[in-house]
Amino acid sequence: MKPDLRILLAGVPMKNPVMVASGTFGYGPEYADLVNLNQLGAIVVKGISLEPWKGNRTPRLVEVPGGLINAIGLQNPGVNGFIEKYMPFLRTHDVAVIVNIWGKTAEEYAEVAARFDGVPGVHALEINISCPNIKAGGNAFGTNLDATRLVVSAVRRKTRLPIIPKLAPNVSDIGAFARACEESGADAISLINSFPAMAIDIETRRPILANVTGGLSGPAIHPIAVKLVYEAAKAVKVPLVAIGGITSAREAIEFMIAGASAVAVGTANFTEPLTAIEVIRGLEEYLCRHNIPNVSDLVRSLRL
Amino acid sequence: MQLETGNVVSHDSEGTLYRVLTLELPNISSNAVPGQFVHLRVSALQDAVLRRPFSIYRVDGKNLSILYKNVGRGTSSMCTLRPGDAVNVLGPLGNGFPTAVSSGKFPVLVAGGYGVAPLYFLATRLPVKGVLFVGGARARDILLNDRFKALGWNVCIATEDGSLGTRGRVTEPFDAWIQSLGGDAKPEIFACGPNGMLKALCDRARQGGWNAWISLDRHMGCGVGACLACIQRVVMEGQEVLVRVCKEGPVFESRTIVWEDGNHEA
Ligand SMILES: Cc1cc2nc3c(=O)[nH]c(=O)nc-3n(C[C@H](O)[C@H](O)[C@H](O)COP(=O)(O)OP(=O)(O)OC[C@H]3O[C@@H](n4cnc5c(N)ncnc54)[C@H](O)[C@@H]3O)c2cc1C
Ligand SMILES: Cc1cc2nc3c(=O)[nH]c(=O)nc-3n(C[C@H](O)[C@H](O)[C@H](O)COP(=O)(O)O)c2cc1C
Ligand code: FES
Repeated sequence: MKPDLRILLAGVPMKNPVMVASGTFGYGPEYADLVNLNQLGAIVVKGISLEPWKGNRTPRLVEVPGGLINAIGLQNPGVNGFIEKYMPFLRTHDVAVIVNIWGKTAEEYAEVAARFDGVPGVHALEINISCPNIKAGGNAFGTNLDATRLVVSAVRRKTRLPIIPKLAPNVSDIGAFARACEESGADAISLINSFPAMAIDIETRRPILANVTGGLSGPAIHPIAVKLVYEAAKAVKVPLVAIGGITSAREAIEFMIAGASAVAVGTANFTEPLTAIEVIRGLEEYLCRHNIPNVSDLVRSLRL
Repeated sequence: MQLETGNVVSHDSEGTLYRVLTLELPNISSNAVPGQFVHLRVSALQDAVLRRPFSIYRVDGKNLSILYKNVGRGTSSMCTLRPGDAVNVLGPLGNGFPTAVSSGKFPVLVAGGYGVAPLYFLATRLPVKGVLFVGGARARDILLNDRFKALGWNVCIATEDGSLGTRGRVTEPFDAWIQSLGGDAKPEIFACGPNGMLKALCDRARQGGWNAWISLDRHMGCGVGACLACIQRVVMEGQEVLVRVCKEGPVFESRTIVWEDGNHEA
C-alpha cells in the first residue's frame, strides 16, 4: 500500500505536506539545478515588501552550535520586481507558491496583499509578523496581540487568497496569538520564525552581526518549536505549518504528531539542499511502516 | 552546479600552514573554471549547519583540489580527512575570472594568503604567461611560487618581515614594476587576497584605467544565491545595486565595487 501524501492546506492542494521555508530557498530558481521543485509540497518565497528593500549590512549570518543566527533584514526586490522577475519562472512549475509578505505598517501589509490578489500562480500568502531583524514591523507586530489582530485583519480585508500568519516564538502564550490570528480570519498559521539571538566576538568584544542581533534557526530551535506547535494546536482549529530545525523526516513527523498539518524545511537547505526531498521520502516510508494510509491521519495524533 | 560526493584521493601539506585536499569529483571538475569555488560539507562536524567555501585550486581530469588553511572549527576537522573518506561537495559555484586577456594586455596576478589557489588555476588556463606578485606576513605564508615558476610565470614576492623577497606589502614591488615600465604598462590584473590588498589594487586600477578582476571573500550561507548573506554593493549601469558574492561573484571587475566599512569582513 502506497500512503497518500496529498493534503489540502487552507484550500491549496499540495502533493505532500513538505514545503521549503521563506528566506532559505530564495525565489525558486536558485536551487532548481539541484532540487526538482515539482516534488515539493510548496515553495514559500523570501519575504516581499511594497517597495524594494536593501536589508542589513554584512556580516548578516553566523554559524553557532546547533544552528545559525541571521540578520539578512528582509532584502527583496519589492512586489513588482518579484512578480516580473520570478513569477514567470514559478508559473512554469507544478508546485504551490506561497508568497511571504511583510510591511512596516498594517496598511503596508494590506497593500502588499492587495497587489498579490489575482496574480496568476500565487496560491497563498504567508504573513511575516515575526521577523526579528527589522526595527519597524516584524517581531514588533508578532509579539503584541493587538498589533497581530490589526495586521491579520487588515490583510484579510484586502485579499481573497488564503492567508497564513507566521508567528514569533518569543511570546509568553502562543495559544493567545494563534487564537488572535484565527479570529482575525487566518486560513492557516505557520510557526515558528527564528528566535531572537545574538553572538559576540570575545576577542574584539564586538557583536558578530552588523545588525548586532539576529534570529536563531536550525536544529537548536526544533524542540522549542515542537512545544509551541503542540500548544498552538490546542488553541486553534485552523491547520498549522510547523517550521524549526527540520533536518530529516523524524523532525517533520514529530511536528505532525504534535499538531502540524504541514511542515517547512529552512536552514537545512543550506546544509543539504536535498533535505526536503529526503523528508518526503522518509515520511512516506514511515507511513508505510506504521500502516497509516493517509498523511493527515498523523496530524494531532499525539498520545498523552 | 551540482551536488557530488567524492572520495579523498590525497591530502598533503603545502608548506607549514596549508594543506591540499584532492577529491575525485568528475562532474564538478569537468565544469569548473578558474575563480569558481566549491561549498564543502564537513562531515566530521555533525552539528555544523553551514558548508565551507573554498576556491578551486586545481583540476586534473576527474580530480579537483582545494588549498586550505586551518583557521577554525571546520577547517580543523577537515585536517583529519584521509584517502578514501567521502566528502559531499556543491559546485562549481559562482562566476570565475575571464580566461582571455585582451590583445596588447599583460596578465598580472596579485595574491595574498589562499589567493594563490584560484590564481594558480587561472595561470594554468590563461593563454599568455605573465607575472605573479605574492605577499604575506612571513616566508611561511608564501605558497606555490615554485609551481607558478614551473608554469613559466615570473614571480615577485613581498613579506612584511622581509624573510622572503622584498620587505613590505605586495603593492610595493607591484608599484615599482609598473613604474619601471613608464607609461607603457598595460596590465590586466587578476587578484585574490585580503580586502586591504584588493582595495589598494582597485585604487591603482582606477588611476591607471586598467581592468582588475578581483575575487571577494564573504561569509556565506547557501552558496547558491538563496539566502542573501553574502551581498556586496556594486555600481552597474550607473546605478548602485546589491549583488550576491556567491552568485554574481566571487569575481568582480574592481571598479564596480563600492567599498565601505560595513562591508569589510577580512
Ligand atoms: C569564495 C571563497 C573562497 C575561499 N577560498 C578559500 C581557499 O581556497 N582556501 C582557504 O583556506 N580558505 C578559503 N576561503 C575561506 C574559507 O571559507 C574559510 O577559511 C573557512 O570557511 C573557515 O571555516 P572554519 O570552520 O575553519 O572557520 P570558523 O571561523 O570556525 O568558521 C565559522 C564560520 O565562519 C565562516 N568563515 C570563517 N572565515 C571565513 C572566511 N575567510 N571567508 C568566508 N567564510 C568564513 C565559516 O565558513 C563558518 O561558517 C574562501 C572563502 C570564500 C568566500
Ligand atoms: C537566512 C534566513 C532568512 C530568512 N528569511 C525569512 C523571511 O524573509 N521571512 C520569514 O518569514 N522567515 C524568514 N526566515 C525564517 C525561516 O523561514 C524559518 O522560520 C526559520 O529559519 C526556522 O526554521 P529552520 O530552523 O528550519 O531554519 C529566514 C531564515 C533564515 C535562516
Ligand atoms: S551565500 Fe546565500 S546568497 Fe550568497
